Amino acid sequence: MAVIYILWLRELKRYSRSRAQIIASVGQPLLYLLALGFGLGPVFRQAGRGSYLQFVAPGVIGMSILFTSIFSGMGLLWDRQFGFLKETLVAPVPRLHIMIGKTLGGATVALLQGLLIVIVCLLAGFRPAHLSALPLAFSFMALIAVVFAGLGMVIGSSLQNMQGFQLIMNFLVLPIFFLSGALYPLSNLPAALAAVTRVDPLTYGIDGLRGAFIGAGHFGAATDAIVLSVVAVLFLMLGARAFSRIQI
Amino acid sequence: MIEVRDLVKTYGDVTAVGGISFNVAGGEIFAFLGPNGAGKTTTIQMLTTLVAPTSGTILIDGLDPTTHASEVRRRFGIVFQDPSLDGELTAWENMEIHGVLYHVPRRTRHERIERLLTLFQLWDRRDSFVKTFSGGMKRRLEIARGLLHTPKILFLDEPTLGLDPQSRNQLWSHVQQLSGSEQVTVFLTTHYMDEAERVAGRIAIIDRGVIVAQGSAAELRQQTNTESLEQAFLALTGTTIRDDQADPAAQMRQFAKIWRR
Repeated sequence: MAVIYILWLRELKRYSRSRAQIIASVGQPLLYLLALGFGLGPVFRQAGRGSYLQFVAPGVIGMSILFTSIFSGMGLLWDRQFGFLKETLVAPVPRLHIMIGKTLGGATVALLQGLLIVIVCLLAGFRPAHLSALPLAFSFMALIAVVFAGLGMVIGSSLQNMQGFQLIMNFLVLPIFFLSGALYPLSNLPAALAAVTRVDPLTYGIDGLRGAFIGAGHFGAATDAIVLSVVAVLFLMLGARAFSRIQI
Repeated sequence: MIEVRDLVKTYGDVTAVGGISFNVAGGEIFAFLGPNGAGKTTTIQMLTTLVAPTSGTILIDGLDPTTHASEVRRRFGIVFQDPSLDGELTAWENMEIHGVLYHVPRRTRHERIERLLTLFQLWDRRDSFVKTFSGGMKRRLEIARGLLHTPKILFLDEPTLGLDPQSRNQLWSHVQQLSGSEQVTVFLTTHYMDEAERVAGRIAIIDRGVIVAQGSAAELRQQTNTESLEQAFLALTGTTIRDDQADPAAQMRQFAKIWRR
């Protein structure tokens, strides 16, 4: 437990100390909220869908959790580069504990980042429908964070260096975001796109958030929660396996 | 304490270690000398469970690192050749994490951290971020960290690289004391012959992945009919300068190899 705790704490310390990064990380979501929220707002309203800002805010929150948690897992690459990974790998502790500490740390950081973006959304004019659903929304945020911290761990353990970063960014992270329904409603999609959105785990995360925040879920909270939990377990297992195989 | 038989490590068709055998007794200080790229670091990586051997056997305190990694890890401490500190954390935090990873109880841990940071003159900077440290300070911190838990075996991979004479002296006195009074077995690699001569009971000279000679410094001088260990070393390994082609592992990685498997 002590090992898991100290590695978790390490992730939090590193996050809280990177002020510039925290400020920078607010920029992109803000751009999505303001540029898309107000830019697409009139079209969205004409289509009889209400406020686009209300609609897109949960998507933007999900997006920042996705990015933060995946990149925290890929932080393993930095640990490898700067040698700290070796220090943990030769220690007489089960690799599983190291992996759990890092993953939970990454997930916690992503959740904090998500909460920060919730505040940004509120400032931009986002208004949750009922405050009583906030705990449910936070649970979904935590689930998204765990799912993608697990995935980040799989990637971080499998890549040897930063050269693969762009590849992962363009062919995995961005598709996960754009195919998740973060930016558009899931109803009436072309069949192919509909099928793809349904295999994207983030779809269920953002749907859960949307259900909790503005009462506009597509699949229902139970389905969302079950899918996310199953995927979380799967990714954590894959992450543990990949991590246990790391060689320097 | 360390028994190695016919140890081989190849990366593709590059042979990093080509069948070496040696024993290190408990409490002994054993030095591994060799030119750049001779296979020193690869050997240490295999002894410390970081890299799996291609063939051959290793026993650390009677245990095979490939099958009993966790038990083996509990028995040794290591100071790596390359940096392995977290620069975003303070010196104290780096020590603290290490202590927790090695299950040193809190009270002992904090006492020892203070003692070691003081010994290596880092106590005043304990709350500074490691990224603000000079090369020598980082090196001293790595060494202090490697000594934090009291390991049975201590691996030192070129520990004095980039250290000033004062810090070197401090380190070797401490190492000799550990070996003498606490019976710690020390396995070290170095480029400085005088250091090996000063502290090592036995020395093995490795070149191109094979051990070309081993014995005490006096025996090596005798064998080669030379006056100093430095001359003995040159007599055994030749005077041509080796290309420092990093380690074969790094070379392999460069071959446009993004995915591991």
